[in-house]
Amino acid sequence: MEMLFDLLKTLLLTGRDLLPIAIIFSFFQLVVIKQSIANISRILIGSLYVLIGLALFLTGLEKALFPVGNIMAEQLTNPVFLQGNKVSVDLTHWTTYGWLYFFAATIGFATTIAEPSLIAVAYKANEVSGGSVGQWGLRITVAVGVAFGITLGCYRIVSGTPLHYFITVGYIIVSIQTFFAPKALIPLAYDSGGVTTSTVTVPIVAALGLGLSASVPGRNPAIDGFGLIAFASLFPIISVLTYAQLAHWRATRTIRIKENTHAL
Amino acid sequence: MKSKPLHNKTFLYIVGQLKQSAMDLLPIVLVIGFFQIVIIRQPLPQFGDILFGTLMVIVGLSMFIQGLEMALFPLGESMAQSLTRKGSLFWLLSFAFALGFSTTIAEPALIAICRKAAEIAAQGGLLDPAPSSLASYALGLRLTVAFSVGFAILLGVLRILLNWPIHVLIIGGYILVILITTIAPAEIIGIAYDAGGVTTSTITVPLVTALGVGLATIIKGRNPLLDGFGLIAFASLLPMIFVMGYGIIFFGI
Repeated sequence: MEMLFDLLKTLLLTGRDLLPIAIIFSFFQLVVIKQSIANISRILIGSLYVLIGLALFLTGLEKALFPVGNIMAEQLTNPVFLQGNKVSVDLTHWTTYGWLYFFAATIGFATTIAEPSLIAVAYKANEVSGGSVGQWGLRITVAVGVAFGITLGCYRIVSGTPLHYFITVGYIIVSIQTFFAPKALIPLAYDSGGVTTSTVTVPIVAALGLGLSASVPGRNPAIDGFGLIAFASLFPIISVLTYAQLAHWRATRTIRIKENTHAL
Repeated sequence: MKSKPLHNKTFLYIVGQLKQSAMDLLPIVLVIGFFQIVIIRQPLPQFGDILFGTLMVIVGLSMFIQGLEMALFPLGESMAQSLTRKGSLFWLLSFAFALGFSTTIAEPALIAICRKAAEIAAQGGLLDPAPSSLASYALGLRLTVAFSVGFAILLGVLRILLNWPIHVLIIGGYILVILITTIAPAEIIGIAYDAGGVTTSTITVPLVTALGVGLATIIKGRNPLLDGFGLIAFASLLPMIFVMGYGIIFFGI
């Protein structure tokens, strides 16, 4: 009953959230383009689905995705779990949280490899590069990038290092790579940073970071809790640029070897 | 279900979508299941609630995406096409801004993260914990991000039209991010950096890509595969700058 009431409230709030889209789209359609909308009944039904779907998703997110990320962080940082057979554990030392890093890497890799937007990007990258960038190669590279990014982000929360140190170094690496990477793949690599963090992954990863910063002694969720998503968006850019670079070198080397054998 | 063939067909689509959403969640379920059973070996608290919530996520996401494909995507694509053909720069740029703004304001992940950010700020004593002040902080954050994505798409369209080199703009943006970080309050930096990744998911990516590729197809001498991309990159960069600006105004330097 309480859940039903929650759902109804979310439905109303969601309607308010979606109102700007309806207003903006009708303005452009009626005032600027001045055409009647084709297939209006289909569009109205679709909008209703959007409304109900979004309300259900947001309610489910509060009930499942946020708590799961939080529970995982709590359980994996629980002193009793960490102590195991050991005499004592140092809760402030970063090496104590081995299982948590392993979890961060696994969840990053698993969600990225199955991400539909990434599959689409990999397909296009293969097309743009004329086949030198393999689809599976790219997907695995990006997934490893995200796994590494989230793990490093967890280390950052445990150690309490300021976020912008890591991000600044990341930006410098991207900027240097940009000058060497094949031109055709640069916009695609920049875009791949944004597409890896999907609607389902974001809440779990965010809750993991917030839960972690609440559990580790001396950390403050308001300062240390956020930032994991930033890591998950930055590292794919680096890994795609690296992969493109390697694929490019490999391709030019094969051509050169062929030319050499021809010359002989 | 036999009233109209249209309804029957969409029902079938929803079943297909359900399968897709379940597949999206599968890796998460597998990883968490593995850790719970093999490594943590403790009963998962609130298991019933989580199961029910997961079901709602799957059904909700399926209906949401199905609805987008029926309503928003065809409408957005046809509008992008008629506006680029109309040839008015003013309306094209206003549409680019409106598209970025309106799709971001409805982004589910952003709604969730902004609420969470307000909660965390209140727990940290930075914000009055009254529900109305939480809601206004969360809404302010969302409007800031939506505005910055709108502006980013506008800039991205200008880039395609004027053929600016993308890497100069992106690296310039990085430098700006780092400079603003030095004066931004510590409490906003994390959420600002995260805002970049959150904005671009379910709704924004397909519509914005359609706009970019459509534009690059119509303009002579542009390669849709090269010039069509890059809009998302702006949409992940500018929110960082704007959210830090919001933090500076809200919390002071």
